[in-house]
Formats: sequence, C-alpha cells, structure tokens
Amino acid sequence: MTVVLHRVDDRLIHGQVVVGWAAPLGVGFIALVDDQVGTSAWEQDLYRMGVPSSVEAIFTTLAEGVRRYPEWAADSRRGIVLTGDIETMAGLRQARPEVSHINLGGLHLKPGRRERLPYLYLSDEELKFLLALDGAGAVVTAQDVPTSAPVPIRALT
Amino acid sequence: MSEPLRGVVVSHGDIAQAMVAAVEQISGVKGALVPVSNTGCDRGSIVKRIGDAVADHPAVVFVDLPSGSCLIAAMQRARDGQVPVVTGVNLPMLIDFVFHRELSPEAAAARVVKAGADSIKQPA
Repeated sequence: MTVVLHRVDDRLIHGQVVVGWAAPLGVGFIALVDDQVGTSAWEQDLYRMGVPSSVEAIFTTLAEGVRRYPEWAADSRRGIVLTGDIETMAGLRQARPEVSHINLGGLHLKPGRRERLPYLYLSDEELKFLLALDGAGAVVTAQDVPTSAPVPIRALT
Repeated sequence: MSEPLRGVVVSHGDIAQAMVAAVEQISGVKGALVPVSNTGCDRGSIVKRIGDAVADHPAVVFVDLPSGSCLIAAMQRARDGQVPVVTGVNLPMLIDFVFHRELSPEAAAARVVKAGADSIKQPA
C-alpha cells in the first residue's frame, strides 16, 4: 500500500500535515480530495504554497478522487490522501474499500459538535456514523500528530 | 484625514496576542493591532475571525507562517477586499507599522516587509 495515511482534517493542507506527517512518513504526494478546492485553481495555488517542492500536491473533487484512487495506490511513492470532512472520506471509502484506515486529524467546533479530544469535535450523529464505519470494517482512529497515540473511535463513546 | 490603518495579527496559538501586547508595551500605541488566533478553528471560522477583526477598516493582515491555515484564511479574506497580507510577522515590522498608520494599506505593507526583513541580522 502506497497510500500511508487517509486523513480527515478541516484545515486541509497545513503545518501538521506537511511538517508533522508528510516529512516523517517520507511521502512523495498529498492528494487533497475536496469538491470546493478541487474546482478552484486559485485555492489550489494557495495550498500548493505550503507544500515543499519534493512533494506533489494533487487536487481533485470526490468524483475524480474515486476515479484516481487506484493510480495513487499503485504509485511507487508513498502518499497521503486528505479530505476536509467526514462525508468525503466516507464517500471515498464507500467507492474504494481499500481505504481501510481513517485518521481523524482535526475537526473543529461547529454548532452541534462537542469536544471529544482537544483537536476533535464531533456531533453525536457524526460519532455514531464513524462508529458504524468502524464497525463495518474500517479502522477509525483519532491522532493529530505522529508523536501522539492513536485513539480508537470506540474509545470516544 | 483618512482613518488610520488597523493591523490584524493572525497566528497559531497565542503568539498574536503576545506580540500585540509586546508592541503596545514597547511603543505605547494601543488599539492599532488586533490579535487573531486559529486555535479551535476550521478554515471557515478563521476567515470569519479575520473578517470580524478587519471589519470595514482599512487594514493590513499580518500572518505568522508563509503557508498553512492562517495564510490561507487571510488570503481568502483579502480576496474579498483590498487588504494586503504580509507573512513572517515579527516585532520590528509591527512596531514600524503602528507609527505609519497614515499610509495606504499597500504602502504600509511594502514598508513593513522591508522593516521586518531588515531586522533579521547576525550580530558579530
């Protein structure tokens, strides 16, 4: 498997992803699957600014991400697949069961959500959905940076 | 006389708040800078915090890193209005800024970039 991390992070490509994960994992690409950024060249240029030249930044919509996932999985480089929300990652997982491990890296406060971990806010419905995803075979854990311990989603109930 | 510029300092954690307090202590100029932290924010809420801080004032937005969530949010806010964004914020550029708030946003931004860069030295 060359996709070494499937991460949900509502800040998308930012310091924790580039410095915290991409560098120690030695990744060669970061694929951001996001319908908004995937159709905005202007936003893609902004996010590309934060990625070192040794790492390719790829931007797709969910539909395109589903289509291109096998290409990423077969890539000789290690890579990170990133989404900004749970729904997009779940959509990718539904179409591509190879998305076997899901990392919840950063979901912040919004109406209806409450704190589960300092970097993870979920509504009861979101938690229930993630538990169902985990129960259906995906391994769902929360972990902001590699140096912290992964927390199984089941431990957040 | 036009309204003096407002500086909005955007950072990770509590850096912005500490920098604004330090500049006020050093310069004696209060109220010219507004700190914004990205703590607890997704990308949308950082943009909102920056927007609330800028409000309708002529402003320059200062950001800590030349990439990442703070810069992305600042650039998104800047795109909605004529608000220059400067990265790599440091105390010398903020001190220079608070004494030149009569300039246009673009002129002030160009000035503080030079002031900030000029302050980085390796004393013998």
